[in-house]
Amino acid sequence: MSGVRVLVGTRKGAFVLTSDGKRQEWDVSGPHFAGWEIYHVKGSPADPDRLYASQSSSWSGQVIQRSDDGGQSWEPVDNKFSYDGVPGTHQWYDGTPHPWEFARVWHLEPSLDDPDTVYAGVEDAGLFKSADGGRSWQELAALRGHDSGPSWQPGAGGMCLHTIILDPATPGRMFAAISAAGAFRSDDAGQSWTPINHGLQSEGIPDPDAEVGHCVHRIAMHPSRPSVLYMQKHWDVMRSDDAGGSWHEISGNLPTDFGFPIDVHAHEPDTVYVVPIKSDAEHFPPDGKLRVYRSRTGGDDWEPLTNGLPQEHCYVNVLRDAMAVDALDSCGIYFGTTGGQVYASADAGDSWGPIVRDLPAVLSVEAQTLP
Amino acid sequence: MIRVVLPAHLRALARIDGEVKLDVAGQVTQCSVLDALEERYPMLRGTIRNHDGGKRRAFIRFFACEQDLSHQPPDTPLPAAVAAGAEPYLIVGAMAGG
Repeated sequence: MSGVRVLVGTRKGAFVLTSDGKRQEWDVSGPHFAGWEIYHVKGSPADPDRLYASQSSSWSGQVIQRSDDGGQSWEPVDNKFSYDGVPGTHQWYDGTPHPWEFARVWHLEPSLDDPDTVYAGVEDAGLFKSADGGRSWQELAALRGHDSGPSWQPGAGGMCLHTIILDPATPGRMFAAISAAGAFRSDDAGQSWTPINHGLQSEGIPDPDAEVGHCVHRIAMHPSRPSVLYMQKHWDVMRSDDAGGSWHEISGNLPTDFGFPIDVHAHEPDTVYVVPIKSDAEHFPPDGKLRVYRSRTGGDDWEPLTNGLPQEHCYVNVLRDAMAVDALDSCGIYFGTTGGQVYASADAGDSWGPIVRDLPAVLSVEAQTLP
Repeated sequence: MIRVVLPAHLRALARIDGEVKLDVAGQVTQCSVLDALEERYPMLRGTIRNHDGGKRRAFIRFFACEQDLSHQPPDTPLPAAVAAGAEPYLIVGAMAGG
């Protein structure tokens, strides 16, 4: 029977959760890199034993770890993320120019077909690539060098490049999202980029046609239908049917359209999941009820999923990289909370249970389906 | 022989137990000690001082012989007791964060 490995990054270390295909009994390994912030851990689609982890701390900066045995052992690889050329400036919160300064790696996205190739999204927003298994990193500088770059401003959590999506059907096409610059698409493997924010409406941006400046929280795509993108924006859940050329709102009957993660069922491209959060000031679920919302219609029509989730006194948040799906026949859904719980559903969200309850605040969750 | 003490999180990263003992050629300065340390433990590069320019990271401090050496120029000779191996050179994570 195939199995699942769930990779969890937390404020104080990484955890690896494994189970067989039933997903009822779990083995918990960790903390790995105890005491360090683990923003993201992700495995290579081409080799599930190859993992990459972003390890950082305010004391000692960035470390990248690599595993070649599914997380049993780790090796630090290169941690030098130098912006290409003279970094220049972006806008600071007060509108003044601010030098681009590397802070940390938010997201690691391994190539779809080469375990040694991996992309890193960093704060201050930039995209890096390694073609040697993390032993060296080079910036794909055209993104940060876009004409709009000097006008980008950080969101409250920093100016982070947090989403990288590789299109499995169109060679060279990739997507990136930055808070609070917006979404971008490249059709030439990162050599040039186009802002793809048409149709986004953001309070605080007076120009309804603003090319950049939108606080995109997360984008998701189903690999069988890569022209359709789903987005959780700061406020609003959005959909594009033309690879980001334009967006329309699909918030529909959600109790609130603020939130962070969004993901798609592994086998149903129109089944989408979000976790509504009350507001940008109150980062917890409405009414103290932790509810995942599922749309089986590609948006607009949403149903709350509550079976097994706390329905009173729950005031946790679910961060943008903290939801994932597995690819087993009955799709598994996973998410982690700032309260340290990792919840799993082995039946596409119909019922839930905690794998672990008391980890440090969860920053990221990824799921690997093992052969 | 120079004795260097690292904070726990960097000992874990470099898989070091206890003190590090380094041979440092030439004058013993903060820069030459850190150069030798990073030569032996490359995974420490960028974690004590920045890759670009070698500036001390903000929440890392350098102590020796009951003195705070954090603000001294990197080429300043370390105290004779450190150079002789009688006293360790302490790399300390500042008491900050959570």
